[in-house]
Parts: sequence; structure tokens; C-alpha cells
Amino acid sequence: MHPSDQPRPSQAPASPVGADVVSVIRSDGSVDPRLDPGLSIDQVVALYKAMVRTRIVDERLEKLQRQGRIAFHVGSLGEEAAIVASAAALRDRDWIVPCYREVGALLWRGYPLQRYVDHMYGNADDPVRGRQMPDHTFSRPLRYLSVSAPIGTQIPHGVGLAWAAKMRRLDEVVGVYFGDGATSSNGFHSAMTFAGVYAAPVVFLCRNNGWAISLPTDEQTAASRLADKALGYGMPAVRVDGNDALAVWRCVREAADHALAGGGPTFVELMTYRLGGHSTSDDPRLYRDANELNTQRAHDPLLRLRKHLGRREGWNDELEDDWRSLVEEELRECVRQAEAKPPPPLEEVFRDVYRDPPWHLQEQERELLDGPRANESQAADSESS
Amino acid sequence: MTEMNLVQAIQSGLAEALRADENVVLMGEDVGRLGGVFRVTQHLQDEFGKDRVIDTPLSESGILGTAIGMALHGMRPVPEIQFADFIYPGFDQLVSEAAKYRYRTAGEFHVPLVVRTPYGGGIRGGQYHSQSPESLFIHTAGLKVLCPSNPYDAKGLLLEAIEDDDPVLFFEPKRAYRAVKMEVPEARYRVPIGQAKVVRAGEHVTCVGWGAMLYEAFAAAERVASQGVDVEVIDLRTLWPVDVDTIVDSVKKTGRLVVVHEAPRTCGFGGELVALVTERAFLYLEAPPRRVTGFDTPFPITHENEYLPLAHRIVPALLESARF
Repeated sequence: MHPSDQPRPSQAPASPVGADVVSVIRSDGSVDPRLDPGLSIDQVVALYKAMVRTRIVDERLEKLQRQGRIAFHVGSLGEEAAIVASAAALRDRDWIVPCYREVGALLWRGYPLQRYVDHMYGNADDPVRGRQMPDHTFSRPLRYLSVSAPIGTQIPHGVGLAWAAKMRRLDEVVGVYFGDGATSSNGFHSAMTFAGVYAAPVVFLCRNNGWAISLPTDEQTAASRLADKALGYGMPAVRVDGNDALAVWRCVREAADHALAGGGPTFVELMTYRLGGHSTSDDPRLYRDANELNTQRAHDPLLRLRKHLGRREGWNDELEDDWRSLVEEELRECVRQAEAKPPPPLEEVFRDVYRDPPWHLQEQERELLDGPRANESQAADSESS
Repeated sequence: MTEMNLVQAIQSGLAEALRADENVVLMGEDVGRLGGVFRVTQHLQDEFGKDRVIDTPLSESGILGTAIGMALHGMRPVPEIQFADFIYPGFDQLVSEAAKYRYRTAGEFHVPLVVRTPYGGGIRGGQYHSQSPESLFIHTAGLKVLCPSNPYDAKGLLLEAIEDDDPVLFFEPKRAYRAVKMEVPEARYRVPIGQAKVVRAGEHVTCVGWGAMLYEAFAAAERVASQGVDVEVIDLRTLWPVDVDTIVDSVKKTGRLVVVHEAPRTCGFGGELVALVTERAFLYLEAPPRRVTGFDTPFPITHENEYLPLAHRIVPALLESARF
């Protein structure tokens, strides 16, 4: 019988993680003083608040999808530390190249929540004008590239950006995200090859969350550790407890500093776990053992950081309740506004294919705008009058 | 003005672009110390250095994927794919990424990229050094596709493409690389994207071609002239967005259309050109439009001169069209 014929536990890391995995926050919430990055209480609180906000937004969007109010959502349940703390360890001038599960990183950089929710609705204020599925965000001012669905194609873009920054002698580093499944992709291999050869200042942020939709990591590759792949491309690698925000921050900052100092790329394997489905279109009950999920819930990165905060002055249950209420209220208002907005105008279908629309797109735009829809709207106008 | 062949004219254009804009870099397999397998980039690394004329690892998806990243940073990379036949590992990067980046970011990002690649048969290159995959890229929204036939157009179009803000596929007719020489200005000049050129005026049949087959169309036109058939030959130069007006105006005059291309016939660009003309000039047509093309087979080597739509295959189509 093929091993994937039955729901089964994956080889995803069970905390406490192995000795080769960097971990800072201990089970009692204290920190390993040898590895503690020494973040101030304000920095840790900011990280925690961003992780909580990401979780609340995720849970709400999933409900909206279930209610049929948005088409789709790809969440980051359980991966908030791997995403938010890695983004926080980069500097503002550094670039982020997302996979598709990293909206927490975009929000960390200050992307307006209203803009994100407008995008999720594909309405008139959607920055991508209703042209991409939900959760395909981008921001040039925030140096956050665009999400595309093919797996691994973004990884060489991250290397190209970093290579360009190096050629132009700019002190910029690129963090490029992808999942465990992407390590099998064409783009991964190409990108790792080029990054190694040209010593590009890039940090490969591999979220090993145990599952590529329904395929567990140990069936994705015969390599016992994804980090081992880096050796073949001539670059250092580190395995990090991806549910430990302080460990993630420390390792990503170290890798970014290494890149900035001219040391070239680093492969960071963020050992985490996908607590939700691959997306709202997925049903992990069909392939994943419920016991595995229950075990992994205990290693929730939010609980982990909250426990650490409990040992420091500056955060408490009352502040947490206030923060959660504030985020929920903000989100409610964003959803209310997003739902009141009309769809983008029809002509947006034809914009931005090229800088200037060639003759054939002008022709096809007239075909759509002057076509049956135009007659319908004229009929509606005459009926209402 | 200097007399140049196609290789020299493209090299002159690349050198001009490298001099004019420090954001321009060339990259590809063997483009540096060797100067490219066709020597198009020969000596450029000596003049501009290893950081601007870059020898890359053997990975088309790596070349095109990292070039897209550079372009997103604001550079103007000009990657070379050694043969158009080898572009497929990077196809995803062109079709899913370069072509769609502007659209999917509502213009916030764009990818100014020129992919140079030699295409076409006639060099005894067999299946994997002879193909003409242009219609795959014409079919992809967001790409521009160029295919010059001569040194003057090649340099002018190349410089225009490098300044263009959209991703461009630049197909170089390798069969014509050293086969034709003409006067080319040393200084910068422009050949606008999107404009075809009538290279031979005629009254009876419109013959549309591009790249290496343009010479065959021209030769066929000369041959049938002695039989009283006066052919108008159009060099498309830009395949997409195609200069439909020049073709349609010509067909309205001649009433007849013959399209010539090396690529296989089915879903080749000739089919699209015939449809465009039929939609716009149906009542002017005096004969069924004809396609003289490569056959719907992989590219053969021993009989490549029968597979290719050379003049001896174009002549009967012109005569039959004229006498229909």
C-alpha cells in the first residue's frame, strides 16, 4: 500500500524540536540567554500584536468565504511567527518577495487593512482592479512584490532583485518566501544556483509547514532535511523553530546581516506547521490525521510568544483584550466599507496589459463596452425612467 | 554609415545600449568570454566588463527569472536564450510572470526586458536548433514580439525594444545572420515597434513574411514577375502588435494574400493574419488566402529545404492565387 493511502502523521517537527533547530523561547516562556536576540519589550509587543492581528484577520476572512461573501482565502494559521517575525527582522529598505501566504508580512510593513479587504472583495478600490484572485497582493512603496500562483516562479525574482541591488551598490537585502513544496520546483533550483554563483544578498525563507496541500514533506523529497539542499548550491543554511518568533527574528536578522556584509545568500528553513487547510478550497480532513493537528495546536506560535510575554512587564490580558477588540472593530468597518463599494469598471479588464493599449485591445474594449452589456444597461435605464 | 551584417548590426545596437544606459546588462549562456555561440556579443565583455556582459549558469528559467527580478528593480536586462528551441524551461517565467506583472499589479510594477533569441532553420541544425516558436508568445497577452529581417531594422528595433517598458521577445533569423550586408548608421536611430514595411510594391498579390523567409518571399516575387504577376511584399518586422493596417490596405489593392512562415502551419501566425484580413477585407478578396509554411511535423534535417517555405514553394502559391 502506498504510504499516502491513509491519513497519517507527517514528519513535521514536533516541539521541542531537534538539536539542529535553533530555538529561543523555552516551554516555560523563558529564553535561552545564549540565543536571545535581546529585543526590547516594545519590539516584542509589536511582534505579538501583529501576529494576533494576522490571526484575527485570517479567521474572519475564512468565515466570509464560508458565507460566500468572498471567493477565496489562503491563510497563515499557525505560521504567524514564521511570517511576521521574519519580515520584522528585515529592514524597511529590504525587499520582500512573497509566496502567497504572507499577508502578515505586508500588514507588518503598514499596508492599510482597508486596501487589503478591498482586494479580497475585488471591488472598485481593489489595487489589482479585480484582475487576480483574493490574496494576490503587492506594494511597490513597501517593497513587496506581487503574488502569483505558479509555485516557485517568484524565487528567481528575489535573486534578480538582490543581484540588481548588489550591482547598483545599494545596501538592500531580499527576503523571498516559499513553502516546502516549492523546493521541488524548477524556480527553486534555478534561483539557488544563481544566488550561489553571484553571491546575491538574499535570504531564502522556506516555510516548512509539513504539507504541500496533501503531500507531507517526507514524500516531497527524500532529503531528510530541506536545509541540506543548500549545501549543493554552496550556501549556508539554518533550521529554525518557525513557531518561535524570537528564534525566527534572530536567524533571519543574522542571515540578512551576513548578506549585507557581502557574504551572499542563506537558506533559512522555518520549521512550522499549517494549522489550517492549504486554502479555503481545501479539506485537510481527507488526508491528515486529526491527532496530528491536536498535537500541533499546542505549539501555536501565538501561545508561545504570549507565554514569553507573561514573564516580562508590558503586556497583560487586559491589554490583549483591548487589542483584539480594536482589531475586530477595525476589520468590521473595513468589511462594511468593502461590501458597499461597486465592482471596478468594465474597462479595467483592458488596462495595464501593456503601458499603452495597442489597437487590438482598443478594438476589443469597444467590443465589450458597446456589446450586449451596453444594451442591457440602456434597457435598465429606460425601464427605470 | 558602415556596412554590417545582421550579427554586426545587433552587436552595434547592444554596444550602443550598454554605453547609453548603465541599467542595461546582457546575460546568458556563453555570451561573455565566448561572445555567444553565434558571436553576436563578441568582445562586448572586454569593453563593458563581466558585470554587464554576464556568463550565466545553464538554466533558462534562472536566466529569465533573475532577469525579471532585475527589471523589477529598475534595470533593463537583455538576456539571450542560446536557441529559441531552448526557451521552454524559461517559458513559465515569460508567460506567467513577465507577461502578466504589469496587469496583476495595475501598473505599479513593470518588466522592461528584451529576450534575444536566434530562431529558424536552414543551418543544418535539426529539430532542436531550427524551430520558430513565435506564435506561442504572440498568443500570450502582455508580450511584444519582434522579428527583423535585415541589419538596419535589427539595430533600430533592438534599441527601441530596450527602451520599451514592456517585455519584448526579439527573434533573430540565424539563417540571415551573415547572409546579408547593408549600410547601418553607427549612431542611434529608431525603427518604431508596430510598423510593417512594404519592401516591394506590387498590384496583383500581397505576400507577407518576416525574418529569414522575407528573402524567400522577395525571391519568389521576382521570379513570378517574369510571368506577369506583380507581387507586393510586406516585411512585418513587428509580429505583435502587428501592423494590420498596412496588410489590409495592401490586400484591398491586390485582392490576394499569401502568408509565409517557417513555423508549423496549424495555429501558426499565418492563420491569425488570414483571419484578420478576412474579417476586414472580405469583399475585396479575389482568391482564398494562402499559407506557405513549415509542415505540422517536428523540424527535419535532411529535407529541411523542403520543410522550409523557400521560394520554390512560394512561387506556385503566388501563381495560383493570381490565377484563381
